[in-house]
Amino acid sequence: MSPVLVRAVVRRLVGAAVLVVLLALPWLVNAYAISTVSRILVFAALAISVNLLTGVTGLPTLGQSAYFGVGAYTGAIVSTTLSDVGPVQLVLAAGAGALAAAVTGPVAMRARGVAFLMITLAIGEIAYVAAGRLDAVTYGTDGYSGVPAVVPLPGIAPLVIDGLVYYYVLAVFLLLYGLVALLLRSPFGLALRGIRDNEDRLRAVGYPTTAFALAAYCIAGALAGAAGSMWTSAQRFVAPGDLGFDVAALALLAVIIGGLGSMWGASVGAALVVLTRDYLGGYVAGHGLLLLGVLFVVVVYAMPRGLSGVRRPRRTSEVRA
Amino acid sequence: MTAALELRDVAQHFGQLKAVDGVSFSVAAGARHAVIGPNGAGKSTLFALIAGTRAATAGAVMLDGEDVSGVPEHRRATLGIVRTFQHSSLFLASTVLENVLLAAQRHAGLSWSMLRPLSRRAALLDGAHDLLQRVGLDERHGARAGALSHGERRQLEVAVALACRPRVLLLDEPAAGMSPAETARFSRLVTELPAEVTVLLVEHDLDVVFGLADTVTVLHLGRHLLTGSPTEVQASSEVQTAYLGAVDSSELFPEAPT
Repeated sequence: MSPVLVRAVVRRLVGAAVLVVLLALPWLVNAYAISTVSRILVFAALAISVNLLTGVTGLPTLGQSAYFGVGAYTGAIVSTTLSDVGPVQLVLAAGAGALAAAVTGPVAMRARGVAFLMITLAIGEIAYVAAGRLDAVTYGTDGYSGVPAVVPLPGIAPLVIDGLVYYYVLAVFLLLYGLVALLLRSPFGLALRGIRDNEDRLRAVGYPTTAFALAAYCIAGALAGAAGSMWTSAQRFVAPGDLGFDVAALALLAVIIGGLGSMWGASVGAALVVLTRDYLGGYVAGHGLLLLGVLFVVVVYAMPRGLSGVRRPRRTSEVRA
Repeated sequence: MTAALELRDVAQHFGQLKAVDGVSFSVAAGARHAVIGPNGAGKSTLFALIAGTRAATAGAVMLDGEDVSGVPEHRRATLGIVRTFQHSSLFLASTVLENVLLAAQRHAGLSWSMLRPLSRRAALLDGAHDLLQRVGLDERHGARAGALSHGERRQLEVAVALACRPRVLLLDEPAAGMSPAETARFSRLVTELPAEVTVLLVEHDLDVVFGLADTVTVLHLGRHLLTGSPTEVQASSEVQTAYLGAVDSSELFPEAPT
């Protein structure tokens, strides 16, 4: 078998193994651990959204927490006033995230690189402050409580057990993962990579590059919104802290650890970040953030292209295809 | 018959420096038209003005009799004005094939398509492979553009431009750094282009210019010196003085440092 084929088979096998483990988890670990895995999946969905902008399109962002928050609160409001059906909340939260991105995106689109990063940081901070102040909508710093248990599909009983909520979150995650994977293989996905690679040339080839970047921004906003709705379903509570600066920073960290541009890398990076902060942090009494800093430095030194960059062939050994 | 491309008093000033200073000439449809001139004549700047990379300080660029001066660069590319770059400007992290596909999918109207994978679009892929075959790069289609040699990048540059289905093709020193064999292949490629494609070419290699061009425009210090047939240009004493440096070039630098 050719090396390419071997790699494809290995990738399938690893993917299948991961899926089997994910499906078996509720039988293997306790309720607290399973709710942590749910949070990892939500965070991985957010990291995939950040990766779409930062890794694929080349727009480093610290603002996806804002659209995550919009989605989370939208999910909470829909669940208490309109419908406790998960997919309904999910679609409306994604739509709200996309809409928020469409309104705020044009401001950020004026810049690239570090300036873009700073504008998105401002967007994230504004969202955080707004969540704490808009008492009538968000119940301010008290947080939005009283979210009913999620109903995965009409006619099914609400999911109250952590293991079942986990399956709902897992199903949504796999759906989003599949959709983004499809997007990245499409002509549009190639155009986004073209923006990262050489935006001037892409324009000369006939692309209105800002329109493409804005479209990517809205799609990433929808993804973050959907992740927010997953969060609300899993936690049944939303507070301003859920969309703070650390959420945005950790999502960016997860993407860098995973390797820019890689979806599975971003997902594994998200798992590492959450586990380091919530589990290992417990062993050194509140020094989770310090551990994250160490993790970041180790990754940047040992694996400059992140987890996903390790198994990629080196430039010099590029084979003639 | 209207000219495919017409320049009317096109100018680009950078402060005191008049890089392009009121240049007018027209390029007949289907022409193989070369622009030559010594270094600093304003050739590359002129190309940037025609393609829309830079907005002209003054003057008008006409495509098929219509003023496109206010049209942004990406729109001009879809209207058919497509350029290559003097210093190869490619998508280095993408493969050779993807470089061509990026251009081809845009001009096939597919660039907004988000769900069907590229790998299932046989017509687009076949077209891209054909194009790579024509420039002699098809066996390298899976290599990253960043791994190509200089000469191969020049060939890919041309392939990307051709994938845009140009009506007016602007080639900025396409043969610079090509080996003689690559230059010969490139010349044959331009000769074999369909007659309806108008080619405007900046080139330093005068053998390439006089081998390909049916019309030659000479620029000097940002000004239009002469447009004529290759024989007229070769016979012109004005052109010879410009190239041999009899004209005082100190006017390029009004306040030249000592």
